[in-house]
Parts: sequence; structure tokens; C-alpha cells
Amino acid sequence: MRPDLDVVAAMVGEGERVLDLGCGDGVLLEHLIRHRGCSGHGVERDADRFHECIARGVPVTQGELEAELDRTAAGAFDCAVLSLTLQATRHPDRVLEGMRRVAPRRVVSLPNFGHWRLRADLAGRGRMPVTRILPHTWYESPNIHLCTLADFEDLVAQIGMRIARRTLLDELGRASRGLARVRPNLLAVGAVYLLEG
Amino acid sequence: MADGVGVVETETAVVFDGDRPLVLDSGAALARVEVAYETYGELAAAGDNAIFVCHALSGDAHAAGFHPGADRPGWWDNMIGPGRPLDTDRYFVICANVLGGCKGTTGPATADPATGRPYGLGFPLLAVRDLVTVHRALLERLGVGRLLAAIGGSLGGMQALQWALDHPGDLGGALVIAASGRLSAQNIAFSAVAREAIMRDPDFAGGDYYGRDRRPDAGLALARMIGHITYLSEESMRAKFGRRIQDAPEPRYGFDVDFEVESYLHYQGQSFVERFDANTYLYLSRTMDYFDPFADPVAVQRQVAAGDTRYLVLSFNSDWRYSTDHAREIAAELRLAGAPVTFREISAPHGHDSFLMPNPDYHRTVAAFVDRLASEA
Repeated sequence: MRPDLDVVAAMVGEGERVLDLGCGDGVLLEHLIRHRGCSGHGVERDADRFHECIARGVPVTQGELEAELDRTAAGAFDCAVLSLTLQATRHPDRVLEGMRRVAPRRVVSLPNFGHWRLRADLAGRGRMPVTRILPHTWYESPNIHLCTLADFEDLVAQIGMRIARRTLLDELGRASRGLARVRPNLLAVGAVYLLEG
Repeated sequence: MADGVGVVETETAVVFDGDRPLVLDSGAALARVEVAYETYGELAAAGDNAIFVCHALSGDAHAAGFHPGADRPGWWDNMIGPGRPLDTDRYFVICANVLGGCKGTTGPATADPATGRPYGLGFPLLAVRDLVTVHRALLERLGVGRLLAAIGGSLGGMQALQWALDHPGDLGGALVIAASGRLSAQNIAFSAVAREAIMRDPDFAGGDYYGRDRRPDAGLALARMIGHITYLSEESMRAKFGRRIQDAPEPRYGFDVDFEVESYLHYQGQSFVERFDANTYLYLSRTMDYFDPFADPVAVQRQVAAGDTRYLVLSFNSDWRYSTDHAREIAAELRLAGAPVTFREISAPHGHDSFLMPNPDYHRTVAAFVDRLASEA
């Protein structure tokens, strides 16, 4: 499993009902179902990845994340997960609100566009950055709403959610043990948040 | 892929009789029930590779292969066979004509043992649950315990769904395709008009037409024509017929069959009359009207919790008979009750009939789901 998914999994409670929005090949849900006693449901748009979920025995709906979230009953889950996907949604604020409607706890991970290397690319070279966590060129990127950790935390506060936990990510997507916590918005490559309220 | 299951024959088994009558959901009883069925592939020594195929309103036990001398295969031949989604090199596939049917299983045309005459409308009303009861009795006879899966489209999907809910532990998976968990007013309206067509036929004779010279053929053909319109999509009818004139370059201007689509509907109606019984149409369509497996959410929750069935719910985007909304509702109800449900709307042009068509995208999903069930069995 990708290291950042380990961090996400660590924020999901034992035995919770989990909704994974943009669940990809279902590897996170498979882990949570098999090793953490969770029940899970994924939403995935891509047909190949949808079928990978089936092959893993992960229950999944093929569809658009935002439409499926709207269709999900209020309070249907204990925890809603959105890993490295918020920046690719059309209305990130509405997605967060929708996640609040369906689950009391939300785990959201995102790349930090404020990371110094990205800033350096933009300021120094005058080019949109291409990195491990943001591997797409600007014209083919699905990421239409990139933000910094500070931007994200502003939005979270604005819509009245509380950050219950935050784990910063390093370049490999692992929990960062270094200096990142000194100035996260400059030094962290990404972060995983547990949101409540 | 070219070769299917080959030549097959329909067999029969008496599954209720004598001191063991079939007691229906309504409380009514049938003294004797015979079932027509076919099987394909081999039951594994461990008995864990059996898949039950439930057919739709106009289907029968002949799902795959060819009857001796026949030039057309069974109704789901593209789904069942070596290398096909229900791979008969791996799975033991069973299909049976439903209770109330007219293709070998006890139904309104069967003689009532009490009178020696066909039941006609004296046959009791059926619930989907009763159809399942008879399937299970057949499996008991065949020595099949837990099923890898039950699968079906339309009324067949309803049977798979009811089966999973009523008998936790019976099914590894339930594949519910192009089905509804609760018919809409529009669905019931179409069914009602089709039944009216049959019952208003002067030859219907209150359903007691079996010994007579004339049967309600006109009514049954009309019912089929109405049904058939709802099984196709506007798009598929446009593609297939457009506004073309049958066997002529110019319209004939009159009330006889002129457009190709009219000719097609007449053909469908006529060929249906030759193979189907009007009373079975009444009974099975009524069974669908009353189907309401989620009426008691508390009971459904209990049923789901008691079992470990995985659900695959599929719909087709051009199906307006049971649109994707119906399938989403099934998936939502099941999920609400705590069941693991996989859902997909498949893009296909053939309307409700899409579930019968060979569509690689659709077959891929069915094959993947069954494959996963097999890996867990």
C-alpha cells in the first residue's frame, strides 16, 4: 500500500463504516476491511480501477464522486475518506460539506502547493511544477483546485470543521519526521487531516 | 468462445407432492409441483461452484446450448458456456422454469390433482418468494447446498434479491440485473394494460380456455406487443426501424401494417402466442407488481445481518422499463441494511433487453464479480 494510505488508514477507527471517495483500485478499503474490521464502500469513476475493486472484493459504485456523494444518505457512514482527490473535484468546499453530511469523521489528504520546491519552480523557473505527488503537466492535470495547507486550513475553519489530527507527509508520502512541523506550509509535501464537527 | 455448452435437454423433477405440499406465502397450498430445469457444467466435489440462473417473465429453463435439432440456442447462451462469464468449465449452472410458468413447471395450465382439470385462474397468486421456494426444493433434489451465486435479469433479478434476503447463508453472491425492488406506478400501469388486453379477449373465457378451440391469442399478442415496446429504447427502435415502410418504398396509406416497426411488433406478438400461455403472463406480471422486498426495513436489516451475501446490482442507461433509478434504490436499500453492494450503470443501447445482449463491458463486470466469489468460496 502507498505510504500515504498507511497514514490515512491510521486515522480510520477500528470497525468503522467507511466511504472512500475516489477509491482507485480499492487497496485502502481492502486493508481496512481485512485488517481493521471495517465495512467499506468505494466510489470510482474509472472502469479498470472499478474492476480492480471487484477483484479485491471491495464493494464499489462506479460513478462520479460528487454525484455519488450527493446520493449518499445522511449519516450513512462513520468515516468518509478523500485521499489526494480534493484538488481534482469541481467544488472542494461542497465536497467537504457533503462528507460532513454523510459521516461524522472525515479523513482528507492533499498535496501542499506551498511546499518550497513548488514555490521555487514557480518563482525561480517560472514554470508549473511537476513532482512525485503532482506528476501531471499543467494541461493534462486533473488537479483543478490546488491549494496550500494554509489555504485548506482556512477553508476548514470557514466551514466550521475542526482539525482533530494532522499528519504531515514527506516526499515519499510517509509521515514526516523531520523539520516539516516547524513550518508545515513551506516544508511539508502534503498532509493528512482528520476532520470533525 | 465459438462453442457453447452443446446439445442439452430439459429435465423434470417433482419437488412437492403427496404428504409434502407446497405452502405458499399467501397460505394457499399446491399439492404437487413439478419443475423443468437444465444444468450445464459439473458440480464440484466440494459442491461449491453452483450458480442458479433465474429467468425473466417470458423465459424458461432453456438458458444455454441447443435443443436437439434446434437452430437457436437458449435465451442466455451468450452468458453461459465455456469461457463465458458463467464459465461452464468452472461452474455448475442451473436454470429452472419458474413456478406459475408454462414451459414444464407447474402453472395455471397444469391439471389440478383435485379436479383433473387445468387450474386456470384457480391457480393461487404467487409471490417472488414462492418462486424461490421451488428453486430451493429443486436444489435439495439435486444435492446442491450453498450456491456460489444466484443471478438474473428483470424478474430473474427480483428472485435473486428475494432469495438472498429470505435465506441468509444460501448465496455467496446475488447478481441483480435490470431489476426493480418496487415497481413504479408507470410500471404497474403498463402491466395492467397488458393484462387487460388478455382478459378482455372474448376467447379468454375467464382463464378456462385450455380445452377449447380458441385461446386468447389476440389478447396475449397485444400484451406482448405492449411489453416489447417497453423493453426497447427509443434509440434502439430508431436504429432498427426508423420510419421505414415494410416491403415497399412508399407508404400504402391505410390502417394495416405499414411501418417496419408495426410488422416487427406483430411478429413478436404472434411468435409469443405460439410459445406462451396467457394465464402465466397474468400470474407472473402480477407477481412483479406486488414485489416489495424492502417494505419492512427492520426485517431487511435483520436478514442482511444474518447472511454474508455480496450483491452486484447492474442497470443499463437505455432501460426505461426499470431505469437506473430502480437499481440505485435497490443498492441504497441494501447498503442501508449493511450489505456489501457493488453497483454499476452500464452503457448499452438496447433498453431493458440489454441484459440479454452480448456486451463485453457488461460481461466483464459479471465475470469479475463471479470470479471473485469463486476465489472466496
